[in-house]
Amino acid sequence: MQIPEEFGVRESDLVEMVIPTDLKSAKESEARIMGELARHHYSDDVTFAIKLALEEALTNAIKHGNRNDASKRLVVRYAVNPQQTVIMVRDEGPGFRPRKVPDPTADENLERPNGRGIMLMHAYMTRVRFNEAGNEVWMLKKNRETPLPSPPRQ
Amino acid sequence: MEQPSSHLRIKRSDAVSIVEFADRKILEELSIQEIGEELHQVVESEPGIKLLLNFKNVDHLSSAALGMLITLNKKVKEQSGQLKLCDINRQIYEVFKITRLNRVFDIHETAEQALSHFQSS
Repeated sequence: MQIPEEFGVRESDLVEMVIPTDLKSAKESEARIMGELARHHYSDDVTFAIKLALEEALTNAIKHGNRNDASKRLVVRYAVNPQQTVIMVRDEGPGFRPRKVPDPTADENLERPNGRGIMLMHAYMTRVRFNEAGNEVWMLKKNRETPLPSPPRQ
Repeated sequence: MEQPSSHLRIKRSDAVSIVEFADRKILEELSIQEIGEELHQVVESEPGIKLLLNFKNVDHLSSAALGMLITLNKKVKEQSGQLKLCDINRQIYEVFKITRLNRVFDIHETAEQALSHFQSS
């Protein structure tokens, strides 16, 4: 899948990590991205949002995409700047149809233990785009909440 | 009396078992599974349990953790028990609100408030 045009990043902006299918490696890639957010002084709330969405994407890719198959790989690409963060996660699985996932906030689904990951990604990121197959997700978070310098006290 | 375990700290206040999480992040798949198993054991050991989960040490969670809590809630109800949650920070509470799980769980601001809302059996 091409980088979604509206995400406003170029190939050359992206850092790529290819990692094995395990949670430890996923956590390491997450830590690198979190380090970038800290370096750019992202607020707690924006950092919380990106971390949550990234973990859901990584968990989905490991569990549902690569089905914990250690012979498969994940590709994580990211670009962090003070204005926005773009993250892509791709697995080697057969994909899925995100629109077919039932709405977990519907009354009849509220007590189902699964099916909230995609919804949380959409809720916490500015934009989320899946490729046609459903094994690659691109997420954009605008860093709207960059703290402004406090006005001088009167 | 405090029972040390790998992920939970369990205290007793009158008839209520108060559980605090030792991990700040209830998130890694493995620890969620283990936390879920430990909590199920606690529930199974006491039919009609009054269980309070205190989230004061928790600053992150995931959909898998929410799923574990939903399954636990069902188990507690099956055993005619009561489950309440308390001391959830603003960011985590937002996750409960977005997923509408604030309607499924009985959530209180503080442990004291939650304790006063358990019904006597």
